[in-house]
Amino acid sequence: MDFRDTPEEATFRGELRSWFAANLPPGWADREPTVGLEDPEFSRAWSARLFAAGYSGITWPKDYGGLGLPPTYQGIYLEESARHDAPAHIGVIGLGMAGPTILAWGTEEQKSRYLSRLLSGAEVWCQGFSEPDAGSDLAGARTRAELDGDAWVVNGQKVWSSYAHIADHCILVVRTDPSAERHRGLSYLLVDMKSPGVVVRPLRQITGDPEFNEIYFTDVRVPRDSILGAPGEGWNVAMTTLLHERGTLGFALTARFEALLGRLVETACTTRPDGVRPADDPLVRDRVAALAIDLEALRFTNYRALTSLVRTGAPGPEGSVAKLHWSEANQRLTKLAQDVLGPASRVDGADAWWGGFWAYQQLRSRGNTIEAGTSEVLRNIIAERVVGLPRSR
Amino acid sequence: MDFAFSADQDELRATARRLLADRLPPERLHALADAGDGDGTSSALWSELVGLGWVGLSAPEGGGSFLDEAVLLEEAGYALLPDPLLASVVCLPAVTLAPKPDPTAATVLAWAEPAGPQTFRSAAKVKTWATRTDGAWQLTGTKSDIADLGSAAQVVVLAASESGPALLLVEPTRGAVRLLPTTDGTRRIGTLTLGGTPAVLLAAGSEAAPLLTAMRRRAEAGLALESVGIAQRMLDIASEHAKQREQFGRVIGTYQAVSHHIADMYVRTELARSLAYRAAWCVATIETEPTAVTGQEVDVACAAAKAAATETAVFAAEGAIQVLGGIGMTWEHVAHRFYKRALANETFAGSPAEHRATVATAILGAAR
Repeated sequence: MDFRDTPEEATFRGELRSWFAANLPPGWADREPTVGLEDPEFSRAWSARLFAAGYSGITWPKDYGGLGLPPTYQGIYLEESARHDAPAHIGVIGLGMAGPTILAWGTEEQKSRYLSRLLSGAEVWCQGFSEPDAGSDLAGARTRAELDGDAWVVNGQKVWSSYAHIADHCILVVRTDPSAERHRGLSYLLVDMKSPGVVVRPLRQITGDPEFNEIYFTDVRVPRDSILGAPGEGWNVAMTTLLHERGTLGFALTARFEALLGRLVETACTTRPDGVRPADDPLVRDRVAALAIDLEALRFTNYRALTSLVRTGAPGPEGSVAKLHWSEANQRLTKLAQDVLGPASRVDGADAWWGGFWAYQQLRSRGNTIEAGTSEVLRNIIAERVVGLPRSR
Repeated sequence: MDFAFSADQDELRATARRLLADRLPPERLHALADAGDGDGTSSALWSELVGLGWVGLSAPEGGGSFLDEAVLLEEAGYALLPDPLLASVVCLPAVTLAPKPDPTAATVLAWAEPAGPQTFRSAAKVKTWATRTDGAWQLTGTKSDIADLGSAAQVVVLAASESGPALLLVEPTRGAVRLLPTTDGTRRIGTLTLGGTPAVLLAAGSEAAPLLTAMRRRAEAGLALESVGIAQRMLDIASEHAKQREQFGRVIGTYQAVSHHIADMYVRTELARSLAYRAAWCVATIETEPTAVTGQEVDVACAAAKAAATETAVFAAEGAIQVLGGIGMTWEHVAHRFYKRALANETFAGSPAEHRATVATAILGAAR
């Protein structure tokens, strides 16, 4: 057991710090945080810079534009990224879900076609899993795909799809064999979002932002070979996606939580117009400390997960633990920020603290226990697959 | 970065798990805890632990570090070991300073006083006096809240002296020992009254201060580790029960109202485990490579682990009692033994709120 960087890790960390110092926009450290989503053009340009430096795909094979390093280096990147409050890569779905699934299941041709353009931010991905009648129950997906000559013809509707409005491609779970048992009738397609018949309708969220979308597919023709795995293997392919979603997410979420805790400390240490400095209130201090302990617990649980990933090659159950705990801790953090602001927390927009940053964060955080596996589903997974309790259904 | 125990440490854990499960089945724990006039411990087991080389591991000749002791402390919690392993681990840095040190003797720590300080952090208020006559040291005063006093061969006493706070070693039989009835029968608390009692000086003044810090860190990390072991045992007991007990024609583990409760116990136990292992590494590292971590890093890691892990053990024990149902409320079931230790650990050596205050100061600065 040793928490210190190896000499190689320390060199990597040092280079990364210098790179951030040289590449983040001037005055970045002192800026007010962005309310809502970053401007996509800014994110795209930043992603291209990350790619040029090799930092988009630290653990990815060199053949596809990655650095081919062990997961520990990805952890270092995320830590330093949080400390510099660096902008995120635009390809959140691509990096965390589509890419790892293509790496695991794709043909050589698919890997060459998609991966480096995904890493550079040139192409953005979205996810077409959830449907109006199939949310947590993915095996209930009804969007159909039928073979017609050299193409799959897709009809149906997907929902809660972040980035779909700017996406170039979609990882799409469809039903290709309606007669098969639910899980066995699914297939996993890679769909060009510019195809005729694809219509994206933004959904306005609780925050007011149109962060996610509905996607309608009407007679959309998808080339027959734009499939991951064999027809009928979609469930297994999708499980790879979800494992990676939760496996690698822990570090990224913890990094975001650390950056947000720093913002909370900044807010709590500012004297309000009524003369109160919330950081002097023992109850506020206790809650801030509890959140700091949540952060440390998440951080070191990620480290343990990383160590077992390095040793065994597969993400362990810690990903579900981290996601579940982060989502609830993030809700407590953002709520505390609102409590700290007091009555001023009701003001939104330009007159509000940091332009309404905390109101946005607090409202957005309610989605944390729903997206990427609801807390209820994650508790089922932990109870059944980790603790070994019998299945509940 | 590598966050895993070594193969040797994994082996030590497996051996300890097996041995302690064999020596301390529930009926044995009940018997030890319920022996009205006993000290709740079994000296036979202590000799066995010494024989295995598990006591005094991080002493100069012990061949191990606090990380090895950490493995044993977690397993001691899992088995609810009634012997004073934790106290002996805490006292070890002081014990090794004795002219003729005995790192394998069952040692306990006496810092609190009836009307005085309850934790390490207020050493300056101690009223027990250490005086020297003709080169020999004597102690006078009353020390209270001494965990495992009944099974101690020697006691490390925090006292005041002409040169400031001092740590001395006494044999409990030289003073007046009074054991109190305690809810946790596996870790009894006692009072030690000393009147000109002969003692051996371990450190005084500027030499005592860093020793106190080292012992405080060991106590906080050690209680966290023991609590993780308790939480894991409670989780195991609850999940075993939920896999077998049937109601309404189904095993109760299939009901999400039950299984989600157990999932939460698992999540909190894993998070506490991460904090406790991190604290253990910090303590081991600052003791062996003082420049590799900062004192504040170690203090915050210990405070965070103590606060979270002791609360988690209570949470897990309460969860287990709930999942067990009526049987969990009985004297006959072993759950209450663990619950009582968990509650004791929460209050001992600083409450969770006090430790969170330490963490708050580290990130918010002092309150104005």
